[in-house]
Amino acid sequence: MSKKKISLSVLIIGFIIGIVFWGAFNWTLELTNTEEFCISCHEMRDNVYVEYQDTIHYANRTGVRATCPDCHVPKEWVYKIQRKIQASNELYHKALGTINTREKFEAKRLELARHEWDRMKANDSRECRNCHNYDDMDYPSQGRRAVDNHVKGFANGETCIDCHKGVAHELPDMIEDDSSAVLLKH
Amino acid sequence: MKKIIFMSMAISAGIFGLSPYAVAEHVQSLRGELTLEEDSVAPTLKQYQKDEAPMQRDYLQQPPLIPHKIAEYRITIKHNKCLSCHSWTNYKARGATKISQTHFENRDGAVMSNVSALRYFCTQCHVPQVKAPPLVENEFEPVDSMRH
Repeated sequence: MSKKKISLSVLIIGFIIGIVFWGAFNWTLELTNTEEFCISCHEMRDNVYVEYQDTIHYANRTGVRATCPDCHVPKEWVYKIQRKIQASNELYHKALGTINTREKFEAKRLELARHEWDRMKANDSRECRNCHNYDDMDYPSQGRRAVDNHVKGFANGETCIDCHKGVAHELPDMIEDDSSAVLLKH
Repeated sequence: MKKIIFMSMAISAGIFGLSPYAVAEHVQSLRGELTLEEDSVAPTLKQYQKDEAPMQRDYLQQPPLIPHKIAEYRITIKHNKCLSCHSWTNYKARGATKISQTHFENRDGAVMSNVSALRYFCTQCHVPQVKAPPLVENEFEPVDSMRH
């Protein structure tokens, strides 16, 4: 075989192996992007998943459902990989058992919620806007309160998460965010 | 001893005489006169009114009605969704009605700096409305001063 032929066959084999490996990598990655995967750990299944089942993102009149990764994992590849790398820290804490009881989870709820709020605030609620786009909102078909607050909020440069906290899960103790809307122990 | 036996018989007779088992035939169940095999007809679900202007009160002490949907608005000790618009801190920015000053008083009449636990659970008094005919006839009329 000539040198040319060898290098060509190496190239073709490398190409095929590349496809296989990339496919396997992507397939595994997408497997971890399912609700089924998320609730395969009791930390998610017994806490946040139960709360989510009571909300409009789980059951609603049109039957369109947003599952865990729709809100918690970015759709674009670069951001997705970035988030997936961060998630390795979650595996570490799974092994440590950081939130393996309801009590431990409740104690951490504010901190964990803040991570998500901060992430959404920083990326202008990108994952919300995969489905809910400001520019496509039809104000006449919204309620009086929704129109008022959307117009005002967008004008002030606010993003979805500024108002819509706790739409899919129970809220943590909000005393630091708004002490006028919690039950103070006198 | 005889007295005790007689007494206990009398008491048990009294208990069973008054028990629901004795009068079961005359009780109409909430399902109506249906037999067990029949299915009762479920009433159609009423939709809460979406978003309206504040509703007039019919009497002075009436807790104002909620003129909007409150589905998924949770009230827990950690957060009260209603107060995120109706509290004194938030009502102006949200364009909402502020809660009454009476809501800051505790049961001893002392005024607190924040909503009193007595008044914290809004939906104990304030309720949203559906457009539906009254279930029973009602001739209530507001007093003249409250007529609108």
